[in-house]
Amino acid sequence: MLSYIIRRLIYTVPIALGVTVFVFALIHLSGDPLGAIVAPDADAATVEKLRKDYGFDKPLPVQYGIWLGKALQGDLGRSIVNSRPVLESLLAAVPNTLILAVSATLLGFTVGCLLGGLAGYYQGGVVDKLTTGFGIAGVSIPHYWLGMVLVIIFGVELRWLPATGMGPGGSSGWEWDWAHVRHLILPAVTLSVIPCGIITRTVRATVAEILSQEFVQALRAKGLLHGQVMRHVIRNAAPTVLAVMGLQLGYLLGGSILVETVFNWPGTGFVLNDAIFRRDIPMLQGTILLLALFFVFLNLIVDIVQTSIDPRMRRS
Amino acid sequence: MNLATPAAPATVDIAQSVAHSPGYWSTVALRIRRDKTTLFFGALLLAIVLIAIFAPLVAPADPYKTNIIRRLKEIGYPGHPLGTDQTGRDMLSRLIFGGRLSLFMGVTPVLNALVIGGLLGVLAGYIGGKVNMAIMRTMDIFYAFPSVLLAIAISGALGAGIGNAILSLTIVFIPPIARVAESVTTQVRSLDYVEAARASGASSFRIVRVHVLANVLGAVFVYATSLISVSIILASGLSFLGLGTKPPEPEWGLMLNELRQAIYVNPYVAALPGVMIFMTSLSFNLLSDGLRSAMDLKS
Repeated sequence: MLSYIIRRLIYTVPIALGVTVFVFALIHLSGDPLGAIVAPDADAATVEKLRKDYGFDKPLPVQYGIWLGKALQGDLGRSIVNSRPVLESLLAAVPNTLILAVSATLLGFTVGCLLGGLAGYYQGGVVDKLTTGFGIAGVSIPHYWLGMVLVIIFGVELRWLPATGMGPGGSSGWEWDWAHVRHLILPAVTLSVIPCGIITRTVRATVAEILSQEFVQALRAKGLLHGQVMRHVIRNAAPTVLAVMGLQLGYLLGGSILVETVFNWPGTGFVLNDAIFRRDIPMLQGTILLLALFFVFLNLIVDIVQTSIDPRMRRS
Repeated sequence: MNLATPAAPATVDIAQSVAHSPGYWSTVALRIRRDKTTLFFGALLLAIVLIAIFAPLVAPADPYKTNIIRRLKEIGYPGHPLGTDQTGRDMLSRLIFGGRLSLFMGVTPVLNALVIGGLLGVLAGYIGGKVNMAIMRTMDIFYAFPSVLLAIAISGALGAGIGNAILSLTIVFIPPIARVAESVTTQVRSLDYVEAARASGASSFRIVRVHVLANVLGAVFVYATSLISVSIILASGLSFLGLGTKPPEPEWGLMLNELRQAIYVNPYVAALPGVMIFMTSLSFNLLSDGLRSAMDLKS
């Protein structure tokens, strides 16, 4: 197991480095990296001075080295817009996104397991058909639109839940009380639709596959009841389903930008959206780097946990 | 919106059937004809595409013509069957014209990625060794990003614009397509009949052209159909964030964003562009599912 973990870690290093190269390249993708900083009417001398100050006159590999060195020490640069350190803005936003993404994943996981389990157990039945339809709709629906529709129904028409925002305290000071949680319901439900659809599909397929195996027939032949058989099925399905769930959490952390925009949820997606709107490239870079590295890390954890539950999964 | 690693496609069987039984495609056609869901959503998709192509002939009004007096009118308002938007433009006409850009921005990246990713995958799979390592490990880096984040990162850095949105989505879809192409190519390469062809003196080019592509195209094509569904949602999502089309162009995602404030005035009209995105994306998904099961002879 230890050797597997080490091999998996070694495999992760080049990926993580590749991610940093890509994120570093973003600032040069944006055209002249000084474009957003320099006033349009600045004279050539000022531009040259700024170019030197920011280090853009050095060769690209050197620039990358300096940038990476700083990033490793937690210095992701400063925002072009408000000169605040990028990391500071990000650290304020990350917990908010985590609240949203973790709630959505747990919601999607619970509903997905329930539906997928039922559909897989009663294959071909009404529940199965409905669930399949629900799963396909879940992955086909533009979730930013679903968010709008939910706001229209529950926020505008019925007036049961607030349409936007994170609670009475604004962007900080989250509490697990009703005043805050009622703000969480709509965005979390919106965001949970995709993982719910995917977990439903996975659970259904996994349960169906396990039920078709001989050991299940043997259990049934021994006279085990439905519930007892199901216990064995769940134990066998758990590694796959947990892995999918872990990855979904990663997708949601990175993909919540649209939902956060719809609901004005003050998380990383909101920061990212603002950075795009103001062409604040250091902010954009920092957010993307953090989210992508988190995703890489989550992948690593999922693989290790999965193999420790089920050694057959060990990837070469 | 996940580009989960696709299941290993069962295309090896397809190829063998292509080679040995002439009735393969008619079997597929017969299966599709019996599959009501696929037929229905195929027809719906065809209708959406045709309406978009012939938009100038179909649309009842000019999609750009504003009207300050008739803003945000409800569905069924005289002269505007689907109401009007925040500047008084006819919603029906804008939805019809919107399909042009939304479909174009959704389909083009997948087609681009089909060519580039397919080529890279076949190269990696056929040559193997270090070339495979180099290509596929590079693809792994892009897999390290959730697809939405990757699209937004590239698009955000490049700046708003249709071309930039298409470019960023192309980059998003190259790795998954390359993976499918690579895995199919690797499978096919070691098959007995390919070995036989090589032994009988067929050139690499001929083997790739005749044996590998026949297998890869089927698998990649079906997979790409399902990617279009994701692509449509992402492309409109980029426009929704202001990274795709610019106003006053009609595009479903952008329209949805522009109508966000209107949900308090006329919610049903505001939700309409999303209905179009949903219908289109759903149709592509179900069509892909239908094709997959029709082409898989095992089922």
